[in-house]
Amino acid sequence: MSDREVDEHSGVETTGHEWDGIRELDNPLPRWWLWIMYASIAVAIVYWILMPAWPGVHGYTRGFLHASDRAAVVGKLAELKTLRGVQAARLTNASLEQIEADPELQAYALTAGQAVFGDNCASCHGVGGAGSKGYPNLRDDVWLWGGALEDIQHTITVGIRTGQPGARVSQMPAFGRDQLLTGAQINDLTEYVVALSRRPADKAAVARAAPVFVEQCVICHGAAGTGDQTKGAPNLTDGEWLNGSRREDIQSQIVSGRGGVMPTWGGRFDPQTIKALAVYIHANAGGR
Amino acid sequence: MTVVIDRTGDKGSKREESPVSAAARVRAISSTKGGLYQARVPIYPKLVHGFWRRVKWALLIVTLAIYYITPWIRWERPGALPDQAVLVDFAHGRFYFFFIQLWPQEVYFITGLMVMGALSLFLVTALFGRLWCGYACPQTVWTDLFIYVERAFEGDRNARMRLDAAPWSFDKLWRKVGKHLAWLAIAFGTGGAWIFYFHDAPTMIRGFWTGEGPATAYFFCALLTGTTYYFAGFMREQVCTYLCPWPRIQGAMLDEHSRQVTYLKDRGEARGPHKKGETWEGRGDCIDCNACVVVCPMGIDIRDGSQLECINCGLCVDACDEIMDKVGRPRGLIAYDTDAAVEARTCGKPAVYKPVRPRTIYYASALFAVSAMMAWGLTHRSVIDLHVLRDRNPMSVRLQDGSVRDGYTLKIANRTFRDRTMEVSFSGVPGALLKTPGSPAAPGPLKVVVEANATRSARIFVIAPPGAAENTKTPAAFVVRDGKEQVLAKTVFTTGVVR
Repeated sequence: MSDREVDEHSGVETTGHEWDGIRELDNPLPRWWLWIMYASIAVAIVYWILMPAWPGVHGYTRGFLHASDRAAVVGKLAELKTLRGVQAARLTNASLEQIEADPELQAYALTAGQAVFGDNCASCHGVGGAGSKGYPNLRDDVWLWGGALEDIQHTITVGIRTGQPGARVSQMPAFGRDQLLTGAQINDLTEYVVALSRRPADKAAVARAAPVFVEQCVICHGAAGTGDQTKGAPNLTDGEWLNGSRREDIQSQIVSGRGGVMPTWGGRFDPQTIKALAVYIHANAGGR
Repeated sequence: MTVVIDRTGDKGSKREESPVSAAARVRAISSTKGGLYQARVPIYPKLVHGFWRRVKWALLIVTLAIYYITPWIRWERPGALPDQAVLVDFAHGRFYFFFIQLWPQEVYFITGLMVMGALSLFLVTALFGRLWCGYACPQTVWTDLFIYVERAFEGDRNARMRLDAAPWSFDKLWRKVGKHLAWLAIAFGTGGAWIFYFHDAPTMIRGFWTGEGPATAYFFCALLTGTTYYFAGFMREQVCTYLCPWPRIQGAMLDEHSRQVTYLKDRGEARGPHKKGETWEGRGDCIDCNACVVVCPMGIDIRDGSQLECINCGLCVDACDEIMDKVGRPRGLIAYDTDAAVEARTCGKPAVYKPVRPRTIYYASALFAVSAMMAWGLTHRSVIDLHVLRDRNPMSVRLQDGSVRDGYTLKIANRTFRDRTMEVSFSGVPGALLKTPGSPAAPGPLKVVVEANATRSARIFVIAPPGAAENTKTPAAFVVRDGKEQVLAKTVFTTGVVR
């Protein structure tokens, strides 16, 4: 602090600071100011008595009002459930046409579906639903088990290859690993599948593989290789490849017959949630 | 805490008697007694008559009338929209002002209004001093009203001082109780009127008394009742000197050419008592009657020069004019004048007034520019608003037939009071098809219905046929049209590799 001196004009002590010849008088605080401080202390004491305040060894002082944010959140969540109940009930019974004709219901389904998708599906299918190698893309127009709203809803409910009763199951044989076909046959078959997707292939190998394809593959993938959604058999002609489009990817698939697993969600979500999820996925894939 | 800028100087002539103004008494007390706190020295402003007092009464009535009547003005709006001319509808996120309706995202108009208010304040202060403080500030207006009530119950200055000094009696009791009840009634009226700006007033007033009003209404009514009672009844000038930043900022706007309440020391000094019949030669016109001091609601002596406490209300002007009339000297010893003029006359030169000076030109042109921008913005704002959010995950999807599909979410706002069917079209990619989740792909514009006074979010897919969009990113745009109204929002069409 610099010199505190008494201002000769007012007779009040100054703080000793000076700016451009202006000095600041050090007048005492007004009394109301002090009162507000005392009042604040009093409010704090009342607050300690009424509200949770002091931590202890085995808990904390709970206060006479028994206020609890945790209980409030539980109450709010229950309230929310009741609030959503109306829309959720409407959603369960609505057909796709009815949902699309009702912007409010559709917005509810899309919002709810998006939240559930982000929490449960995004870990495999990606946040946007674009999938990755081995995990189907849910945004395009290629479907293994059908892209109608009911198909999607059913797939989510029962799951795929979960071992649960009613789950969707398809199993491609591991032609190589189980030695159902020889190495040469598998090489020829690879060329055949490449040719199906209208890419250049070894014509001699394709010709050699034709009878093998009819014998082993047609039952699921069809004579033209266009697949069968009732069996979960992929279309081999559409240029979309779940497990990769390169020759070695296709060959590896014929050798091992990989198939992914999707959980049975029916036991975890209520039907409204699954409906909302199906509506969201259906709409994001372009709708009808 | 108080900074005294002593413009009049001349400390030698200061008499060493007991100081008259409350501000001076505060200074005297704090110099003798130290201590933690400073008790307020009560101020008993005397009633004054005159031109500025009449102006103040008139403005008091006008400003209070605006405050109390505004929420009751009706303004017809279609449908279920509120019929209140001025309404801040927090529940639905709308602000209504007669024919103007603002959405939350247009809050910059309010910001602009506040900038205009600040610039007007700067300009007026540079020209005429703190007119806002003296005439229009709610603190001044309500304090004036409270002092009026106080005077009605307890009498004028001398009677009030006697009453406060007197021991408690029935007479003192009923006057004090009556005053506080009247104050509380006014304060409740103030707090009560406030809440009508946020809810439909006729519904609110019924709900309020039947206990059906929202909790916020009771809270804010109580809060404003409390602050009005406390600020206008007890804090008074302390709000201006301790709480309000404006008196501290004003120094940056004022200069020696600002016209403000000024004691013309060139005419007044040397001051001193004057007996009838004595000569006016060789002395000033100020007879040191303290009329200017006793009427001051801020408790200062204007003859000390321009001060932080002075709110420029002109009551001392009226008080002095009355005295000048009595002693037969010309009016205007205290007047709205400039420091420069006083200085010039002291040096024997003619006073020069300069209302047009760089400072006022800056303020006026800034005010004009902001006002013009606001007016342009308000008249040219679109009633349709369009925002396009492009899907980023995935950016694009390749379909079986080799075409590429991008997803967009359009947020279309309809600021009019009727439902509108908007036509949404897309440009930038030749042969592109549009579809919504519920409609088949079509080359033509899509129809989207947006309800009155609402925002609709529309999910739209754009499908580019194989080979149509060769670049990874193609500049594109959505256009939303309804009749002559149309808005365009730019975006891009991406054909990134999906997998």
